[in-house]
Amino acid sequence: MTPRALVGLIVLLAAAALLPFALSDYHVFQLTLVLVYATALLGLNMLTGYNGQISLGHGAFYAIGAYCAAILMAKWGVPYWATLPVAGAVCLAAGFLFGLPALKLEGLYLALATFALGVSLPQLLKYHLIEQWTGGVQGITILKPDPPALLTDAGLPLNPDRWLYFFTLAVTIVMFALARNLLRGRIGRAMVAIRDHPVAAQAMGVNNALYKSLTFGVSAMYTGVAGALGAIAVQFVAPDSFGFFVSLAFLIGIVVGGLGSISGALYGALFIQFVPNIADSVSKAAPWAIFGIFIIAFVYLMPAGIAGVVQRARARVMRGESQSETGGAKQPDTPKEAVQ
Amino acid sequence: MKRRLVPIAALLAAALTSPAALAQKKYDPGASDTEIKIGNTNPYSGPASAYGTIGKTIAAYFKMLNEHGGINGRKIDFISYDDGYSPPKTVEMARKLVEQDQVLFLFQTLGTPSNSAIHQYMNAKKVPQLFVATGASKWNDPKHFPWTMGWQPNYHTEGEIYAHDILQTKPNAKIGVLYQNDDFGKDLLKGLKDGLGAKAKTMIVKEVSYEVTDPTVDSQIVQLQASGADVFVNITTPKAAAQAIRKVYDIGWKPVHYLNNVGASVGSVLKPAGFDKSVGVITTLYYKDYTDKQWANDPAMKKFEEFMKKYYPDGNLADGSNMYGYSVARTLEVVLRQAGDNLTRANIMKQAAALKDVTIDTLLPGIKINTSATDFAPIESVQLARFNGQQYELFGKVMGR
Repeated sequence: MTPRALVGLIVLLAAAALLPFALSDYHVFQLTLVLVYATALLGLNMLTGYNGQISLGHGAFYAIGAYCAAILMAKWGVPYWATLPVAGAVCLAAGFLFGLPALKLEGLYLALATFALGVSLPQLLKYHLIEQWTGGVQGITILKPDPPALLTDAGLPLNPDRWLYFFTLAVTIVMFALARNLLRGRIGRAMVAIRDHPVAAQAMGVNNALYKSLTFGVSAMYTGVAGALGAIAVQFVAPDSFGFFVSLAFLIGIVVGGLGSISGALYGALFIQFVPNIADSVSKAAPWAIFGIFIIAFVYLMPAGIAGVVQRARARVMRGESQSETGGAKQPDTPKEAVQ
Repeated sequence: MKRRLVPIAALLAAALTSPAALAQKKYDPGASDTEIKIGNTNPYSGPASAYGTIGKTIAAYFKMLNEHGGINGRKIDFISYDDGYSPPKTVEMARKLVEQDQVLFLFQTLGTPSNSAIHQYMNAKKVPQLFVATGASKWNDPKHFPWTMGWQPNYHTEGEIYAHDILQTKPNAKIGVLYQNDDFGKDLLKGLKDGLGAKAKTMIVKEVSYEVTDPTVDSQIVQLQASGADVFVNITTPKAAAQAIRKVYDIGWKPVHYLNNVGASVGSVLKPAGFDKSVGVITTLYYKDYTDKQWANDPAMKKFEEFMKKYYPDGNLADGSNMYGYSVARTLEVVLRQAGDNLTRANIMKQAAALKDVTIDTLLPGIKINTSATDFAPIESVQLARFNGQQYELFGKVMGR
């Protein structure tokens, strides 16, 4: 990481830490949801952006994660933070197992198989034999966690919304850091190789089957952890919360944000959180038509996603600066940044 | 100079005297001398967007009220957001309405799952969640949730009323039930069973369910016919209701057919199913149906028609949801007029819980709205009606409380 990028990161983190004290609780809640979606999108981006497997069913893993957290908290009194590893582990296993048969399916066929998962899960959640845990159609209501007494006693101006934001922020940072290490290392290169040329990857000694199902598992884990965080933030889960549109929104998010880009997850999350609200304020008669126009505009104007545009703008600024200041001595930096 | 001082002096005088006037008036966030802010969520997009027309009718009604001077001199600012029938979105929008837009209260938030999602939040914030647009019985729980109130007759009561009618007219009936597999369907089914009491086990010979997303209910109807049932209790939403009526007729099954109110609209269910095939269908009604000819010259219906043509010309007059929205908006108007200048959240709930024999002219004659501190179920009476091929014919007494 260049010193400049480090400074940028520190500024970003400082802003993220100070923001909740400047905003109303409602906006803090919205930002918490953005972080939740960012984690979920990162998971899907690993699978679709980096590994080339299309999933139309990640809403299902999001739902599984959410229900894990809700059931553990409401029925067994497990503290909220302890539900995340469980939700992650359950989704890792579920994703890995689903990934095994999905190995036989390529492209559109995989998309259809995952679609089946996405549409069926909300109905399975209503199944009467598991109703005593899932609450059936009524869903489960959970209580919002209070900030730890240790911090409030120390005089920090925390309330449940702010605390949940910071908790989510911490989890998100850890998840992003882990993802960055994973994707920029050997495993990440293997994933991209499989996406770009599976036969060549195999010839290079990559175990395609194992990597693909593992990617599926890890991807599901990320989305599951996000689901658990989302359930804690919203304080309610029900089958209607996880309709098929959730899966679609995730796919829209990664494409608009930027396929195969870590920061793209954050941009995509901002898009799926805020653009529907804008669409609703434009027209009550046809909010989805407005939403559609937004999607088309973004995809048309930013084929590499928002992350791609940001990347290009940054590269241009840096090139301009380095040419004027040091006569292009820093030039080698730019291509490396642009590769990502 | 002197002349300039006069208006300032007048202003000062007004400022000095106004505290005395203000003493009579009490406001919470969202209310002022000039306006009352009311929040709402509706599914303008998504799977339940057909209900979005309710929000539009209500908005149109308040627009009309505002043009006629508002309520007690205050304009209604009705802020309605799309939640796409997705509970997490409802939570977000309810928080926006309460925390950012600072509405006085929420009104007619639509959907059982959506309202469940904000139930705790609204009660923790002590902001009224008034006249919610769902018939679940859980909204009538003033002891645990003193800030939430329903409006329409609940599904449980409706089920009980069918049970009483069956016990009276056909005590040895063999009942087949088709129900939608969600809380609405189960609530109504439970009401039916509670109404039948100990005989429920023997009288109900077959229960089948369907998912709201199922393409047809044909196989369920065939199963019910095969069970030998002679009474059919049809607990469905409009699409499935129309399909069920058609299939029952097509396979030559001739049971006594009870169809729940949710799926009983003449315009959106019986017409597509076919009037000839719908003859004999029994339902419960509580508001007047626009397509029902017996109300053609009713003054209330004329007023409704004028209102729709002027303020919501895109709205379909025959869609029962619009009549529903109009009627519930009128009920709120009564509450707000009653609240007078005391526009606190506590007083809104107090007034909503103090409706005594209120009649709304678009509800059926004889149906009165009654609430109290322990009774948060405004409309608890309905009347049975049978479809004669043209329109519903009301029969029997207004039932319920």
